[in-house]
Amino acid sequence: MRVTVIDYKAGNLTSVLKALRHLGAEPTVTDSDLTLVERAERIVLPGVGHFQATERLDRTGLTAVIRAAIARGVPFLGICVGMQWLFSGSTEAPQQPGLAAFPESCTRFSESKEKIPHVGWNSLDVRPASRLLAGVEPGAFVYFTHSYKAPVTADTAAVTTYIEPFASAIERANIFGAQFHPEKSGETGLKILRNFLAVEPEAAC
Amino acid sequence: MLTKRIIACLDVHAGRVVKGVQFVDIVDAGDPAELAARHAREGADEIVLLDITATHEGRATLLDTVRRAARELFVPFCVGGGIRSARDAEQVFDAGADKVSVNSAALAYPALITAIGSSFGAQAVVVAIDARRDPAAADPIRDAQVLVQGGRKVTGRRVVEWACEAEQRGAGEILLTSMDSDGTRAGFDCELTAAVSQAVSIPVIASGGAGTVAHFTDVFTRGKADAALAASIFHFGVTSSRVLKAELAQAGIPMRIPC
Repeated sequence: MRVTVIDYKAGNLTSVLKALRHLGAEPTVTDSDLTLVERAERIVLPGVGHFQATERLDRTGLTAVIRAAIARGVPFLGICVGMQWLFSGSTEAPQQPGLAAFPESCTRFSESKEKIPHVGWNSLDVRPASRLLAGVEPGAFVYFTHSYKAPVTADTAAVTTYIEPFASAIERANIFGAQFHPEKSGETGLKILRNFLAVEPEAAC
Repeated sequence: MLTKRIIACLDVHAGRVVKGVQFVDIVDAGDPAELAARHAREGADEIVLLDITATHEGRATLLDTVRRAARELFVPFCVGGGIRSARDAEQVFDAGADKVSVNSAALAYPALITAIGSSFGAQAVVVAIDARRDPAAADPIRDAQVLVQGGRKVTGRRVVEWACEAEQRGAGEILLTSMDSDGTRAGFDCELTAAVSQAVSIPVIASGGAGTVAHFTDVFTRGKADAALAASIFHFGVTSSRVLKAELAQAGIPMRIPC
């Protein structure tokens, strides 16, 4: 399967590629080749670090071709900052728009006595209809590392609580997002990636 | 609920996992890739591989070891030892590490923390601190000293102060090793760990002194550690992450119990 992994210079892609290969996919990485997005059967947008890094997607023309691919029904998975990019923006970089596939915005965890960032293994409260999280045991643990988070909405596929409940996974038609790192979340994470690779293409609009 | 992490540490010398007793009597404990996989299977939340000799000639061996260990590892994987530049870090990331741990080089050149963090994200930079209490000081915790060269050389830096600076410079986590406790199996330095953990907002990994389950309970409660690291108690089957975590969960510490 032609899986295109988008590199926008926000962290290291080795672990994501390794997990996809382990599951039998043949990932190709691009930081600018738009044809690789146009021909993709699956698109994965990883990412760690600052929301501002997504500006590179706009500059290289990747945003436009990703938007078109999603409209054609190509399954898309955003991981960590890659999931946050699916929203209209983040208070981490207020001037930088996201894809706005989901209208809400991402915000920083509220100040509390707990540490920020949220780092480590936390549990998923999975909504029953999720295809991305099909077969994931209730309360299964996955690995997080982030300071900003998405709100819980009708498109939320899983809720996790740290300081407050937030959307740890989102899903609508062919658009999927995981705030956690499935590539670093043991057997549970591999199951989620396997689900993504198996999902039927379906146009979002 | 966010769980406390149990981190299995592999000390590597010339491509093999070794365990020394107070830096002498080095015993071979096995193959890094095999041990990393076994720890992950048994429920370790993370694997740390430390190149304890970190010679220049050892670099290629280390990268090969990292590559082999990372191949089938799907939990966070941190590599440390001899990482002196952003270029060194990049090679280790390319070989499959998710995080690098920097120690002496970060002390000598603190901008290294920022340099690695700006390319790979703060979550990928662990600053390791080797600490020793200063028994002569009025406040042995506040005045605890940072050591380098495997605990042989005093730097003149204070532990809590350096941890705060590391955070400001963009470290994602602190790996705090108590040289007073290391290798003793008499328990972590909970007072020092708590002092560092309360001074920073990033996670603190406690290291040095693990011997019993109660030591871990102690460091997670009294020591306010976010994660605890252990090496020797695992290698020779003294206990496994699975057993340790089950007992800690029973004691009320939030743990990820692997299926």
